[in-house]
Amino acid sequence: MTNGQPIISIRGLRKTYHAGEVDVQALRGVDLDVQPGEFVSVVGPSGSGKSTLFHIVGGLTPPTSGTIHIAGRDLLGMSEAERTELRKTSVGFVFQKYNLLPTLTARDNIEIARDIAGKKGAHKNGPLDPEFLDMLKLLGIESRLDHKPRALSGGEQQRVAIARAIVNRPAILLADEPTGNLDTENSNAVLGLLRDLNRRAGQTILMITHNPEAAGYGDRIVHMRDGHIE
Amino acid sequence: MTNKLVFENLKHRPVRTMIGIVVIGIQVTLILTLVGLREGTLSDQAARASGVGADVIVRPPSSSVITMSASMPVRIAGKIDEQPGVKLSTGVLQQGTDLFNYVTGVDLAQFDKLSGGFHFVAGGPFQGPDDVMVDEFYAKQNKLHVGDTVKLLNRPWHLSGIYQPGMLTRVVVPLATLQELTANTGKVSWVYVKLDDPRKTDQAVAQLRSVLKDYRIYSMEEFTSLFSPSNIPMLQGFIWVVIGLGVVVGFLAILLSMYTAVLERTREIGVLKALGASPAYILNILLREAALIAIAGAIFGILLSYGTRFVIHNVVPASLIQSIVPMWWPIAAAIAMAGALLGALGPGLKAARQDAIEALAYD
Repeated sequence: MTNGQPIISIRGLRKTYHAGEVDVQALRGVDLDVQPGEFVSVVGPSGSGKSTLFHIVGGLTPPTSGTIHIAGRDLLGMSEAERTELRKTSVGFVFQKYNLLPTLTARDNIEIARDIAGKKGAHKNGPLDPEFLDMLKLLGIESRLDHKPRALSGGEQQRVAIARAIVNRPAILLADEPTGNLDTENSNAVLGLLRDLNRRAGQTILMITHNPEAAGYGDRIVHMRDGHIE
Repeated sequence: MTNKLVFENLKHRPVRTMIGIVVIGIQVTLILTLVGLREGTLSDQAARASGVGADVIVRPPSSSVITMSASMPVRIAGKIDEQPGVKLSTGVLQQGTDLFNYVTGVDLAQFDKLSGGFHFVAGGPFQGPDDVMVDEFYAKQNKLHVGDTVKLLNRPWHLSGIYQPGMLTRVVVPLATLQELTANTGKVSWVYVKLDDPRKTDQAVAQLRSVLKDYRIYSMEEFTSLFSPSNIPMLQGFIWVVIGLGVVVGFLAILLSMYTAVLERTREIGVLKALGASPAYILNILLREAALIAIAGAIFGILLSYGTRFVIHNVVPASLIQSIVPMWWPIAAAIAMAGALLGALGPGLKAARQDAIEALAYD
């Protein structure tokens, strides 16, 4: 963990959803700083605003008010196209349900993230550079790259999803309940990998989880309740 | 990579993909078969007209290339025979028997002198007023043999001979009988003219035009060139209507196929958006899928048009002639492509505008 300019800087962040004629205040003034290379776990009960925070930090939805800077970029005034660009270049996602494309092999699932980021054709003999191949070894999936998701276990699928999330070297890796669909052994393996990724590659990680044990893998645990950080 | 995703998506749902290809293929075949029938029928008619061996044809005033009305007095032939350079002439009468076929009444002795006679594959020329001759295609289609009774124009005829196709219509009867039967005594549909010297056709045509004012007089070369779609009223319009219907069918097939694909892949679309895919990137994937189906469908449709030609040639050889018209392959493919892309546009835009969070939450 390094100290200095935070890579995520959030002040007074609010998000209100309009559900029919009812306004739902999902975030009610969140303040949070995450330093580069930090692994932060966000825990809280359902409805506490964790997922909304995840979506806003990932540029999937705009905030209603407040300030939020990701790698020095202000998200508040961003257009849809600018938020798309942010997702392409600065943020990587890992989801609870893995969310691999079922028609593509593991390798192609990783490659398509590079394609979307406009990095196709960078490597003549394959999409993956030596440094990234080392990362795949770390993730333990280098021998499973030519299999489609249906032929992979849950743990393997989640490791492919992690590889996909970091292939473009994003400033931030966002993980939403990454072990929610895994058994204990695979959960520990995936969490260990995230911690290794953080320690060895300095990857900034913001992980949302219900599980206090999983949260313990982070450098810092942030508790959320009723749209606030406690 | 995008192409790989497109290809894998199509492979993932083979039945849906095949249905799309088949529907587009049928659309393309429909167009190619219709155009092939038009070209085949017209070129066959032109070939049979020129197969008579005449140098000039004299048609009634105000007639068009497809007019069959008997509005010329047969005595015109006598006047034509008096003109310098004319070797002989003979009038014929044509009468429709059904949607696709006509019967021709000829003065066989005179016609044989002009044309060199029919080439028979069975039987021979008619001997009596109730005799009929048919060509091989007509005999095959109607399973006729020499000596059979043929019912035509609401009366029985005796089949005297079967001749090689390539001249006049597929059914030929004595001129006098047909004139009497159709209340056209003394009238013919047109007159074929044989010249002493075919090299002087232009002078002969000019001479005949000066004598037979208002009549339509053409060299056979000029006449056969008139067998083009633009000279057949309504044909072009009919073909465009069928093409339009084909586009609508292709459009609906792809619209439905892509709409279900987008629904089914809602979560995947959310994933692509989370990875930073722009709306254009997602639209591009779906349009490429539709384009690939259209290309495969066009190839299938072209192959299928050979199948329709085979069936038509073997089932109704006397009624319909279908040509293969390669010039129309890219046109039919482009029409299919346009329909497919239009069909994919709606679902594609829906996918492109899909909210990423809602899409990711979709089960």
